[in-house]
Amino acid sequence: MEVMAVYSETVMDHFRNPRNVGTIDNADGVGEVGNPMCGDIMTMYLSIKDDHIDDIKFQTFGCGAAIAVSSMLTEMAKGKSIEEAKKISNKDVAKALGGLPKNKLHCSNLGADALHSALKDYEDRKAAKPKGELKRKEKHEHVGGEKCYCPYCDVEIPEGETVCTNCALTVDI
Amino acid sequence: MNILNLDHISANQLLPEVQDAMVSAIRMGYGNPSSQHKMGEQGSEALEKARESVASLINCASPKEVVFTSGGTESVNHAVKGVALANTDKGKHLVTSNIEHNSVIRSMRRLKMMGYQVTSVPVDEHGRVNPDHVAKAIRDDTVLVSIMHANNEIGTIEPIEEIAQITREKKVTFHVDAVDSVGVLPIDVQKLGVDLLSFASNPFYGPTGVGGLYIRRGTSVWPLLEGGIQENNNRAGTENLIGIIGMGVAAELAKRDMKARLSQFKRLREKFLRELPNYIDEYIINGHPEYCLPNLVSISVKYIEGESVVLMVDDEDIEISTRSACASGSLRASHVLLSIGLEFAEAQGTLVITFGLENTEKDVVRFLTALKETVKTLRNLSPLYKKAHQTEH
Repeated sequence: MEVMAVYSETVMDHFRNPRNVGTIDNADGVGEVGNPMCGDIMTMYLSIKDDHIDDIKFQTFGCGAAIAVSSMLTEMAKGKSIEEAKKISNKDVAKALGGLPKNKLHCSNLGADALHSALKDYEDRKAAKPKGELKRKEKHEHVGGEKCYCPYCDVEIPEGETVCTNCALTVDI
Repeated sequence: MNILNLDHISANQLLPEVQDAMVSAIRMGYGNPSSQHKMGEQGSEALEKARESVASLINCASPKEVVFTSGGTESVNHAVKGVALANTDKGKHLVTSNIEHNSVIRSMRRLKMMGYQVTSVPVDEHGRVNPDHVAKAIRDDTVLVSIMHANNEIGTIEPIEEIAQITREKKVTFHVDAVDSVGVLPIDVQKLGVDLLSFASNPFYGPTGVGGLYIRRGTSVWPLLEGGIQENNNRAGTENLIGIIGMGVAAELAKRDMKARLSQFKRLREKFLRELPNYIDEYIINGHPEYCLPNLVSISVKYIEGESVVLMVDDEDIEISTRSACASGSLRASHVLLSIGLEFAEAQGTLVITFGLENTEKDVVRFLTALKETVKTLRNLSPLYKKAHQTEH
Protein backbone atom coordinates (compact mmCIF):
# COMPACT_ATOMS: atom_id res chain seq x y z
CA MET A 1 0.00 0.00 0.00
CA GLU A 2 1.24 3.43 -0.92
CA VAL A 3 2.05 5.74 1.95
CA MET A 4 1.46 9.37 1.09
CA ALA A 5 3.15 12.47 2.42
CA VAL A 6 0.08 14.56 1.63
CA TYR A 7 -3.49 13.66 0.77
CA SER A 8 -4.17 11.90 -2.55
CA GLU A 9 -6.69 13.22 -5.07
CA THR A 10 -9.10 10.45 -4.02
CA VAL A 11 -8.83 11.49 -0.36
CA MET A 12 -9.47 15.13 -1.26
CA ASP A 13 -12.45 14.12 -3.43
CA HIS A 14 -14.06 12.16 -0.58
CA PHE A 15 -13.23 14.96 1.86
CA ARG A 16 -14.77 17.61 -0.38
CA ASN A 17 -17.79 15.51 -1.37
CA PRO A 18 -18.33 12.98 1.38
CA ARG A 19 -20.78 10.20 0.47
CA ASN A 20 -23.51 8.88 2.78
CA VAL A 21 -23.32 11.58 5.43
CA GLY A 22 -25.95 11.50 8.12
CA THR A 23 -27.82 9.24 10.49
CA ILE A 24 -30.51 6.56 10.07
CA ASP A 25 -33.61 6.72 12.26
CA ASN A 26 -34.30 3.35 13.85
CA ALA A 27 -31.04 1.95 12.52
CA ASP A 28 -30.52 -1.81 12.83
CA GLY A 29 -26.98 -1.31 14.06
CA VAL A 30 -24.94 1.64 15.32
CA GLY A 31 -21.19 1.66 15.93
CA GLU A 32 -18.90 4.30 17.26
CA VAL A 33 -15.12 4.38 17.59
CA GLY A 34 -12.83 7.13 18.68
CA ASN A 35 -9.20 7.68 19.37
CA PRO A 36 -8.46 10.03 22.25
CA MET A 37 -4.84 10.47 21.18
CA CYS A 38 -5.73 12.63 18.20
CA GLY A 39 -9.44 12.97 18.76
CA ASP A 40 -11.17 11.48 15.73
CA ILE A 41 -14.63 10.06 16.42
CA MET A 42 -16.62 8.06 13.85
CA THR A 43 -20.23 6.91 14.07
CA MET A 44 -21.75 4.41 11.59
CA TYR A 45 -25.46 3.69 11.15
CA LEU A 46 -26.65 0.52 9.37
CA SER A 47 -29.92 -0.53 7.84
CA ILE A 48 -29.90 -4.30 7.20
CA LYS A 49 -32.19 -6.21 4.81
CA ASP A 50 -31.84 -9.93 3.96
CA ASP A 51 -28.46 -10.08 5.66
CA HIS A 52 -27.17 -7.28 3.42
CA ILE A 53 -26.26 -3.69 4.17
CA ASP A 54 -29.17 -1.91 2.59
CA ASP A 55 -28.13 1.53 3.73
CA ILE A 56 -25.21 3.02 5.64
CA LYS A 57 -24.64 6.54 6.95
CA PHE A 58 -21.85 8.14 8.94
CA GLN A 59 -20.93 11.12 11.06
CA THR A 60 -17.31 11.94 11.78
CA PHE A 61 -15.51 14.47 13.94
CA GLY A 62 -11.98 14.65 12.65
CA CYS A 63 -9.44 15.70 10.09
CA GLY A 64 -9.58 15.45 6.31
CA ALA A 65 -8.32 11.86 6.38
CA ALA A 66 -10.92 10.77 8.93
CA ILE A 67 -13.77 12.20 6.85
CA ALA A 68 -12.45 10.65 3.62
CA VAL A 69 -11.98 7.27 5.33
CA SER A 70 -15.57 7.27 6.62
CA SER A 71 -16.94 8.24 3.24
CA MET A 72 -14.94 5.60 1.34
CA LEU A 73 -15.87 2.93 3.87
CA THR A 74 -19.59 3.56 3.38
CA GLU A 75 -19.19 3.20 -0.39
CA MET A 76 -17.30 -0.06 0.05
CA ALA A 77 -19.79 -1.51 2.53
CA LYS A 78 -23.07 -0.51 0.88
CA GLY A 79 -24.86 -3.51 -0.67
CA LYS A 80 -22.41 -6.04 0.79
CA SER A 81 -23.56 -9.08 2.76
CA ILE A 82 -22.79 -9.02 6.46
CA GLU A 83 -20.13 -11.67 6.03
CA GLU A 84 -18.47 -9.74 3.18
CA ALA A 85 -18.65 -6.49 5.13
CA LYS A 86 -16.90 -8.08 8.10
CA LYS A 87 -13.90 -8.75 5.88
CA ILE A 88 -13.37 -5.08 5.01
CA SER A 89 -10.25 -3.90 6.83
CA ASN A 90 -8.87 -0.47 7.60
CA LYS A 91 -6.04 -1.32 5.25
CA ASP A 92 -8.50 -1.97 2.40
CA VAL A 93 -10.02 1.48 2.97
CA ALA A 94 -6.64 3.23 2.94
CA LYS A 95 -5.71 1.33 -0.23
CA ALA A 96 -8.96 2.34 -1.96
CA LEU A 97 -8.16 5.96 -1.06
CA GLY A 98 -4.82 5.72 -2.85
CA GLY A 99 -2.89 5.68 0.40
CA LEU A 100 -2.81 7.90 3.48
CA PRO A 101 -0.04 9.83 5.21
CA LYS A 102 1.83 7.45 7.45
CA ASN A 103 1.02 9.20 10.70
CA LYS A 104 -2.70 9.24 9.85
CA LEU A 105 -2.86 5.48 9.32
CA HIS A 106 -3.80 4.56 12.85
CA CYS A 107 -5.37 7.77 14.14
CA SER A 108 -7.80 8.48 11.35
CA ASN A 109 -8.14 5.13 9.62
CA LEU A 110 -10.88 3.77 11.86
CA GLY A 111 -13.72 3.38 9.35
CA ALA A 112 -13.69 -0.42 9.28
CA ASP A 113 -13.59 -0.53 13.08
CA ALA A 114 -16.70 1.65 13.21
CA LEU A 115 -18.40 -0.62 10.67
CA HIS A 116 -17.48 -3.79 12.59
CA SER A 117 -18.74 -2.19 15.78
CA ALA A 118 -22.07 -1.39 14.08
CA LEU A 119 -22.32 -4.95 12.72
CA LYS A 120 -21.69 -6.35 16.19
CA ASP A 121 -24.40 -4.09 17.55
CA TYR A 122 -26.79 -5.46 14.89
CA GLU A 123 -25.93 -9.08 15.74
CA ASP A 124 -26.23 -8.46 19.47
CA ARG A 125 -29.66 -6.94 18.98
CA LYS A 126 -30.71 -9.88 16.79
CA ALA A 127 -29.54 -12.32 19.45
CA ALA A 128 -31.63 -10.24 21.85
CA LYS A 129 -28.62 -9.46 23.97
CA PRO A 130 -29.15 -6.53 26.30
CA LYS A 131 -28.24 -3.39 24.46
CA GLY A 132 -24.80 -2.31 25.56
CA GLU A 133 -23.88 1.32 25.94
CA LEU A 134 -22.11 2.81 22.96
CA LYS A 135 -18.53 2.59 23.94
CA ARG A 136 -15.55 4.51 22.74
CA LYS A 137 -12.21 2.87 22.92
CA GLU A 138 -10.50 4.47 25.86
CA LYS A 139 -7.06 3.22 25.09
CA HIS A 140 -4.67 3.96 22.30
CA GLU A 141 -4.89 0.73 20.33
CA HIS A 142 -3.55 -0.53 17.04
CA VAL A 143 -6.85 -2.15 16.17
CA GLY A 144 -6.41 -2.39 12.45
CA GLY A 145 -3.03 -4.06 12.63
CA GLU A 146 -1.47 -0.76 11.60
CA LYS A 147 1.59 0.42 13.42
CA CYS A 148 1.93 3.87 14.85
CA TYR A 149 4.87 5.93 13.58
CA CYS A 150 6.56 9.01 14.90
CA PRO A 151 5.77 11.78 12.42
CA TYR A 152 9.25 13.25 12.85
CA CYS A 153 11.75 10.41 12.89
CA ASP A 154 9.57 7.69 11.31
CA VAL A 155 10.47 5.21 14.03
CA GLU A 156 7.70 2.79 15.05
CA ILE A 157 6.07 3.76 18.35
CA PRO A 158 5.70 0.61 20.48
CA GLU A 159 2.31 -0.66 21.63
CA GLY A 160 1.10 1.24 24.66
CA GLU A 161 3.57 4.12 24.29
CA THR A 162 2.21 7.59 23.64
CA VAL A 163 5.59 9.14 23.06
CA CYS A 164 8.27 8.37 20.51
CA THR A 165 11.04 6.60 22.36
CA ASN A 166 13.56 7.61 19.72
CA CYS A 167 13.31 11.40 19.61
CA ALA A 168 11.31 11.77 22.85
CA LEU A 169 8.64 13.75 21.07
CA THR A 170 6.47 15.27 23.74
CA VAL A 171 5.72 18.72 25.03
CA ASP A 172 5.98 17.96 28.72
CA ILE A 173 9.05 19.50 30.28
CA MET B 1 -10.33 34.90 -6.71
CA ASN B 2 -7.05 36.13 -5.37
CA ILE B 3 -5.45 34.33 -2.45
CA LEU B 4 -6.38 35.79 0.91
CA ASN B 5 -3.64 35.36 3.49
CA LEU B 6 -4.94 35.34 7.07
CA ASP B 7 -2.01 33.22 8.21
CA HIS B 8 0.64 35.89 8.58
CA ILE B 9 2.10 34.21 11.64
CA SER B 10 3.30 31.42 9.34
CA ALA B 11 4.76 33.65 6.65
CA ASN B 12 4.93 37.29 5.65
CA GLN B 13 5.83 38.48 2.16
CA LEU B 14 8.84 40.80 2.13
CA LEU B 15 7.96 44.47 1.77
CA PRO B 16 9.01 45.99 -1.58
CA GLU B 17 11.60 48.21 0.15
CA VAL B 18 13.08 45.13 1.81
CA GLN B 19 13.21 43.26 -1.49
CA ASP B 20 14.89 46.23 -3.19
CA ALA B 21 17.49 46.54 -0.46
CA MET B 22 18.32 42.84 -0.66
CA VAL B 23 18.52 42.78 -4.44
CA SER B 24 20.81 45.85 -4.39
CA ALA B 25 22.94 44.14 -1.78
CA ILE B 26 23.26 41.03 -3.94
CA ARG B 27 24.23 43.16 -6.98
CA MET B 28 26.63 45.22 -4.91
CA GLY B 29 28.70 42.13 -4.16
CA TYR B 30 29.76 42.95 -0.61
CA GLY B 31 32.87 41.35 0.76
CA ASN B 32 33.14 39.42 4.00
CA PRO B 33 32.59 41.92 6.83
CA SER B 34 35.60 40.40 8.63
CA SER B 35 37.96 41.20 5.74
CA GLN B 36 40.11 44.31 5.84
CA HIS B 37 39.97 45.21 2.17
CA LYS B 38 37.57 47.76 0.71
CA MET B 39 34.70 45.44 -0.19
CA GLY B 40 34.99 43.79 3.21
CA GLU B 41 34.83 47.16 4.91
CA GLN B 42 31.74 48.08 2.92
CA GLY B 43 30.19 44.83 4.04
CA SER B 44 31.07 45.66 7.61
CA GLU B 45 29.52 49.10 7.29
CA ALA B 46 26.29 47.64 5.88
CA LEU B 47 26.22 45.11 8.70
CA GLU B 48 26.63 47.75 11.40
CA LYS B 49 24.04 50.00 9.78
CA ALA B 50 21.52 47.14 9.95
CA ARG B 51 22.52 46.50 13.56
CA GLU B 52 21.79 50.13 14.43
CA SER B 53 18.36 49.94 12.79
CA VAL B 54 17.47 46.77 14.67
CA ALA B 55 18.88 48.07 17.97
CA SER B 56 16.83 51.23 17.53
CA LEU B 57 13.64 49.21 16.96
CA ILE B 58 13.92 47.62 20.41
CA ASN B 59 15.75 50.57 22.03
CA CYS B 60 19.01 48.89 23.05
CA ALA B 61 21.48 50.96 25.06
CA SER B 62 24.06 50.13 22.40
CA PRO B 63 23.86 48.43 18.96
CA LYS B 64 26.52 46.04 20.24
CA GLU B 65 23.81 44.40 22.33
CA VAL B 66 22.25 42.93 19.17
CA VAL B 67 23.58 39.59 17.93
CA PHE B 68 22.35 38.51 14.51
CA THR B 69 21.21 34.90 14.30
CA SER B 70 19.48 32.58 11.84
CA GLY B 71 16.07 33.33 13.38
CA GLY B 72 13.92 33.06 16.46
CA THR B 73 14.69 29.42 17.12
CA GLU B 74 18.45 29.95 17.15
CA SER B 75 18.08 33.04 19.34
CA VAL B 76 16.04 31.13 21.91
CA ASN B 77 18.41 28.14 21.86
CA HIS B 78 21.34 30.52 22.25
CA ALA B 79 19.75 32.31 25.21
CA VAL B 80 18.48 29.27 27.08
CA LYS B 81 21.42 26.93 26.56
CA GLY B 82 24.00 29.72 26.58
CA VAL B 83 22.92 31.11 29.96
CA ALA B 84 22.53 27.66 31.49
CA LEU B 85 25.98 26.53 30.38
CA ALA B 86 27.70 29.77 31.35
CA ASN B 87 26.38 29.65 34.91
CA THR B 88 26.88 26.05 36.05
CA ASP B 89 28.90 27.28 39.04
CA LYS B 90 25.81 29.14 40.29
CA GLY B 91 23.33 26.36 39.79
CA LYS B 92 21.36 24.20 37.41
CA HIS B 93 17.79 25.31 37.87
CA LEU B 94 15.61 26.96 35.21
CA VAL B 95 12.16 28.54 35.42
CA THR B 96 9.71 28.82 32.53
CA SER B 97 5.95 28.75 31.84
CA ASN B 98 3.57 26.07 30.59
CA ILE B 99 2.81 27.84 27.30
CA GLU B 100 6.25 28.48 25.83
CA HIS B 101 7.24 27.81 22.25
CA ASN B 102 8.84 24.44 21.53
CA SER B 103 12.23 26.11 21.07
CA VAL B 104 12.22 26.95 24.78
CA ILE B 105 10.60 23.68 25.86
CA ARG B 106 12.92 21.46 23.88
CA SER B 107 16.06 23.44 24.78
CA MET B 108 15.17 23.00 28.44
CA ARG B 109 14.39 19.33 27.94
CA ARG B 110 17.85 18.90 26.45
CA LEU B 111 19.35 20.61 29.49
CA LYS B 112 17.34 18.32 31.75
CA MET B 113 19.10 15.40 30.09
CA MET B 114 22.33 17.06 31.22
CA GLY B 115 21.28 17.27 34.87
CA TYR B 116 19.42 20.58 34.99
CA GLN B 117 16.09 20.96 36.79
CA VAL B 118 13.16 22.87 35.35
CA THR B 119 10.17 24.46 37.09
CA SER B 120 7.33 25.37 34.75
CA VAL B 121 4.72 27.78 36.12
CA PRO B 122 1.04 27.52 35.12
CA VAL B 123 -1.06 30.18 33.39
CA ASP B 124 -4.62 31.35 34.03
CA GLU B 125 -7.56 30.74 31.69
CA HIS B 126 -6.43 33.69 29.56
CA GLY B 127 -2.89 32.34 29.30
CA ARG B 128 -1.33 34.88 31.69
CA VAL B 129 1.54 34.00 33.98
CA ASN B 130 1.21 35.19 37.57
CA PRO B 131 4.48 36.95 38.51
CA ASP B 132 4.09 35.67 42.10
CA HIS B 133 4.34 32.12 40.77
CA VAL B 134 7.62 33.01 39.10
CA ALA B 135 8.90 34.59 42.31
CA LYS B 136 8.03 31.43 44.25
CA ALA B 137 9.62 29.17 41.64
CA ILE B 138 13.00 30.94 41.85
CA ARG B 139 15.50 29.13 44.08
CA ASP B 140 19.04 29.87 45.20
CA ASP B 141 20.37 27.77 42.34
CA THR B 142 18.12 29.29 39.65
CA VAL B 143 20.22 30.62 36.77
CA LEU B 144 17.55 31.53 34.21
CA VAL B 145 13.92 32.56 33.92
CA SER B 146 12.50 32.34 30.39
CA ILE B 147 8.98 33.63 29.70
CA MET B 148 7.56 34.58 26.32
CA HIS B 149 6.36 38.10 25.54
CA ALA B 150 3.35 37.15 23.42
CA ASN B 151 2.05 33.66 22.84
CA ASN B 152 2.00 32.50 19.23
CA GLU B 153 -1.17 30.39 19.58
CA ILE B 154 -3.50 32.59 21.64
CA GLY B 155 -1.79 36.00 21.43
CA THR B 156 -1.69 36.64 25.17
CA ILE B 157 0.92 39.16 26.31
CA GLU B 158 2.71 38.29 29.54
CA PRO B 159 3.51 40.71 32.40
CA ILE B 160 7.20 40.92 31.46
CA GLU B 161 7.99 44.17 33.32
CA GLU B 162 6.66 42.78 36.61
CA ILE B 163 8.57 39.53 36.18
CA ALA B 164 11.73 41.50 35.31
CA GLN B 165 11.48 43.37 38.62
CA ILE B 166 11.47 40.03 40.42
CA THR B 167 14.41 38.60 38.48
CA ARG B 168 16.43 41.79 39.04
CA GLU B 169 15.76 41.67 42.78
CA LYS B 170 16.69 38.02 42.92
CA LYS B 171 19.64 38.49 40.55
CA VAL B 172 18.53 35.84 38.10
CA THR B 173 19.03 36.24 34.34
CA PHE B 174 15.77 36.82 32.48
CA HIS B 175 15.21 35.80 28.85
CA VAL B 176 12.13 36.78 26.89
CA ASP B 177 11.01 35.08 23.68
CA ALA B 178 9.52 38.03 21.81
CA VAL B 179 9.49 36.49 18.33
CA ASP B 180 5.86 37.38 17.63
CA SER B 181 6.05 40.81 19.29
CA VAL B 182 9.18 42.58 18.02
CA GLY B 183 8.31 44.79 15.05
CA VAL B 184 4.59 44.27 15.70
CA LEU B 185 4.28 46.01 19.07
CA PRO B 186 6.50 48.67 20.56
CA ILE B 187 9.21 46.78 22.43
CA ASP B 188 11.70 48.65 24.62
CA VAL B 189 14.24 46.28 26.16
CA GLN B 190 15.38 48.90 28.68
CA LYS B 191 11.85 49.67 29.83
CA LEU B 192 11.04 45.97 30.04
CA GLY B 193 14.22 45.46 32.06
CA VAL B 194 15.11 42.09 30.55
CA ASP B 195 18.58 40.57 30.08
CA LEU B 196 18.01 38.70 26.84
CA LEU B 197 15.30 38.98 24.21
CA SER B 198 14.83 36.77 21.15
CA PHE B 199 13.27 38.00 17.94
CA ALA B 200 13.00 37.24 14.22
CA SER B 201 12.80 39.30 11.08
CA ASN B 202 9.84 37.77 9.22
CA PRO B 203 7.11 38.85 11.68
CA PHE B 204 7.93 42.44 10.64
CA TYR B 205 8.21 41.67 6.94
CA GLY B 206 11.92 40.96 6.76
CA PRO B 207 13.34 37.75 5.30
CA THR B 208 13.07 34.36 7.00
CA GLY B 209 16.31 32.79 8.18
CA VAL B 210 17.37 35.98 9.99
CA GLY B 211 16.76 36.98 13.57
CA GLY B 212 18.43 38.53 16.52
CA LEU B 213 19.20 38.10 20.16
CA TYR B 214 19.41 41.08 22.46
CA ILE B 215 22.05 40.48 25.12
CA ARG B 216 22.16 43.20 27.75
CA ARG B 217 25.75 44.26 28.35
CA GLY B 218 27.30 42.24 31.14
CA THR B 219 25.02 39.22 30.78
CA SER B 220 26.82 35.94 31.14
CA VAL B 221 25.95 33.74 28.16
CA TRP B 222 27.96 31.27 26.11
CA PRO B 223 27.82 31.25 22.33
CA LEU B 224 25.90 28.47 20.66
CA LEU B 225 28.14 28.47 17.59
CA GLU B 226 31.90 28.58 18.05
CA GLY B 227 34.58 29.43 15.52
CA GLY B 228 35.46 32.96 14.45
CA ILE B 229 34.95 36.12 16.46
CA GLN B 230 32.03 37.54 14.49
CA GLU B 231 29.19 39.31 16.30
CA ASN B 232 31.46 40.48 19.10
CA ASN B 233 32.50 36.89 19.68
CA ASN B 234 28.90 35.94 20.44
CA ARG B 235 28.11 34.02 17.29
CA ALA B 236 30.72 32.51 15.02
CA GLY B 237 30.30 32.16 11.27
CA THR B 238 30.26 34.59 8.37
CA GLU B 239 27.16 36.75 8.66
CA ASN B 240 24.09 36.33 6.45
CA LEU B 241 24.68 39.86 5.21
CA ILE B 242 21.98 39.96 2.50
CA GLY B 243 19.37 38.75 4.97
CA ILE B 244 20.60 41.08 7.70
CA ILE B 245 20.41 44.06 5.36
CA GLY B 246 16.81 43.08 4.60
CA MET B 247 16.06 42.81 8.30
CA GLY B 248 17.61 46.24 8.93
CA VAL B 249 15.35 47.89 6.37
CA ALA B 250 12.32 46.01 7.69
CA ALA B 251 13.18 47.23 11.20
CA GLU B 252 13.36 50.85 10.03
CA LEU B 253 9.95 50.53 8.35
CA ALA B 254 8.44 48.79 11.38
CA LYS B 255 9.56 51.61 13.64
CA ARG B 256 8.42 54.32 11.22
CA ASP B 257 4.99 52.74 10.53
CA MET B 258 4.31 51.11 13.91
CA LYS B 259 1.41 53.37 14.89
CA ALA B 260 -0.36 53.10 11.55
CA ARG B 261 0.06 49.33 11.48
CA LEU B 262 -1.24 48.96 15.02
CA SER B 263 -4.36 50.97 14.30
CA GLN B 264 -4.97 48.96 11.10
CA PHE B 265 -4.64 45.65 13.00
CA LYS B 266 -6.85 46.94 15.77
CA ARG B 267 -9.54 47.90 13.27
CA LEU B 268 -9.40 44.46 11.59
CA ARG B 269 -9.43 42.55 14.86
CA GLU B 270 -12.34 44.56 16.22
CA LYS B 271 -14.27 44.12 12.98
CA PHE B 272 -13.62 40.37 13.14
CA LEU B 273 -14.77 39.97 16.73
CA ARG B 274 -17.79 42.22 16.20
CA GLU B 275 -18.94 40.35 13.09
CA LEU B 276 -18.11 36.80 14.21
CA PRO B 277 -21.39 36.18 16.12
CA ASN B 278 -23.32 37.16 13.00
CA TYR B 279 -21.74 34.24 11.14
CA ILE B 280 -21.21 31.37 13.57
CA ASP B 281 -22.29 30.35 17.07
CA GLU B 282 -20.84 28.15 19.79
CA TYR B 283 -17.20 29.13 19.84
CA ILE B 284 -14.63 30.23 22.38
CA ILE B 285 -12.31 33.20 21.92
CA ASN B 286 -8.93 32.28 23.35
CA GLY B 287 -6.38 34.58 24.96
CA HIS B 288 -6.60 37.67 27.09
CA PRO B 289 -9.25 40.22 26.03
CA GLU B 290 -6.93 43.16 26.74
CA TYR B 291 -3.33 41.93 26.86
CA CYS B 292 -3.15 40.37 23.41
CA LEU B 293 -1.37 40.64 20.09
CA PRO B 294 -3.18 43.18 17.88
CA ASN B 295 -2.93 41.01 14.76
CA LEU B 296 -4.02 37.60 16.09
CA VAL B 297 -7.37 35.98 16.84
CA SER B 298 -7.61 32.46 18.23
CA ILE B 299 -11.04 30.85 18.23
CA SER B 300 -12.14 27.33 19.13
CA VAL B 301 -15.18 26.38 17.09
CA LYS B 302 -17.09 23.67 18.90
CA TYR B 303 -17.89 20.22 17.47
CA ILE B 304 -15.56 20.47 14.47
CA GLU B 305 -11.89 19.82 13.78
CA GLY B 306 -9.45 22.48 12.61
CA GLU B 307 -7.57 20.71 9.83
CA SER B 308 -10.85 20.15 8.00
CA VAL B 309 -11.60 23.87 8.26
CA VAL B 310 -8.14 24.80 6.93
CA LEU B 311 -8.54 22.46 3.93
CA MET B 312 -12.06 23.66 3.17
CA VAL B 313 -11.33 27.38 3.28
CA ASP B 314 -8.16 26.71 1.26
CA ASP B 315 -10.51 25.54 -1.51
CA GLU B 316 -11.83 29.12 -1.37
CA ASP B 317 -8.23 30.42 -1.62
CA ILE B 318 -8.19 31.56 1.99
CA GLU B 319 -5.20 30.72 4.18
CA ILE B 320 -5.58 30.27 7.92
CA SER B 321 -3.90 28.12 10.55
CA THR B 322 -5.13 25.57 13.09
CA ARG B 323 -3.88 24.26 16.42
CA SER B 324 -5.69 20.95 15.99
CA ALA B 325 -3.64 17.92 16.98
CA CYS B 326 -4.44 16.33 13.62
CA ALA B 327 -2.61 19.10 11.79
CA SER B 328 0.29 19.47 14.19
CA GLY B 329 2.46 16.70 12.82
CA SER B 330 2.93 15.45 16.34
CA LEU B 331 -0.77 14.49 16.51
CA ARG B 332 -0.84 15.80 20.05
CA ALA B 333 -3.14 18.44 21.41
CA SER B 334 -1.56 21.86 21.83
CA HIS B 335 0.02 22.24 25.27
CA VAL B 336 -0.97 25.92 25.19
CA LEU B 337 -4.66 25.21 24.68
CA LEU B 338 -4.72 22.48 27.31
CA SER B 339 -2.90 24.83 29.72
CA ILE B 340 -5.65 27.44 29.46
CA GLY B 341 -8.18 24.74 30.30
CA LEU B 342 -9.71 23.85 26.94
CA GLU B 343 -11.33 20.43 26.59
CA PHE B 344 -9.63 18.11 24.16
CA ALA B 345 -12.40 18.41 21.55
CA GLU B 346 -12.39 22.21 21.87
CA ALA B 347 -8.65 22.30 21.28
CA GLN B 348 -9.27 20.26 18.13
CA GLY B 349 -11.43 23.02 16.69
CA THR B 350 -8.99 25.85 17.26
CA LEU B 351 -8.26 28.26 14.41
CA VAL B 352 -5.62 30.97 14.41
CA ILE B 353 -6.26 33.97 12.20
CA THR B 354 -3.42 36.48 11.84
CA PHE B 355 -3.78 39.76 9.98
CA GLY B 356 -1.18 41.42 7.80
CA LEU B 357 -0.56 44.78 6.20
CA GLU B 358 -2.46 44.01 2.99
CA ASN B 359 -5.64 42.85 4.77
CA THR B 360 -8.81 44.95 4.65
CA GLU B 361 -12.19 44.82 6.38
CA LYS B 362 -13.55 43.26 3.16
CA ASP B 363 -11.17 40.34 3.70
CA VAL B 364 -12.64 39.79 7.16
CA VAL B 365 -16.13 39.51 5.67
CA ARG B 366 -14.89 37.22 2.88
CA PHE B 367 -13.34 34.87 5.42
CA LEU B 368 -16.33 34.89 7.78
CA THR B 369 -18.65 34.09 4.88
CA ALA B 370 -16.52 31.08 3.94
CA LEU B 371 -16.19 30.06 7.59
CA LYS B 372 -19.97 30.09 8.06
CA GLU B 373 -20.47 27.60 5.20
CA THR B 374 -17.55 25.43 6.33
CA VAL B 375 -18.77 25.23 9.91
CA LYS B 376 -22.26 24.34 8.68
CA THR B 377 -20.90 21.54 6.46
CA LEU B 378 -18.61 20.11 9.14
CA ARG B 379 -21.19 20.28 11.92
CA ASN B 380 -23.60 18.42 9.68
CA LEU B 381 -20.89 15.73 9.57
CA SER B 382 -20.13 15.83 13.26
CA PRO B 383 -21.47 13.26 15.73
CA LEU B 384 -20.52 15.63 18.56
CA TYR B 385 -22.80 18.36 17.23
CA LYS B 386 -25.65 15.87 16.95
CA LYS B 387 -25.15 14.67 20.52
CA ALA B 388 -24.97 18.18 21.95
CA HIS B 389 -28.21 19.18 20.23
CA GLN B 390 -30.16 15.92 20.49
CA THR B 391 -32.32 17.05 23.38
CA GLU B 392 -33.39 20.15 21.47
CA HIS B 393 -35.05 18.19 18.64
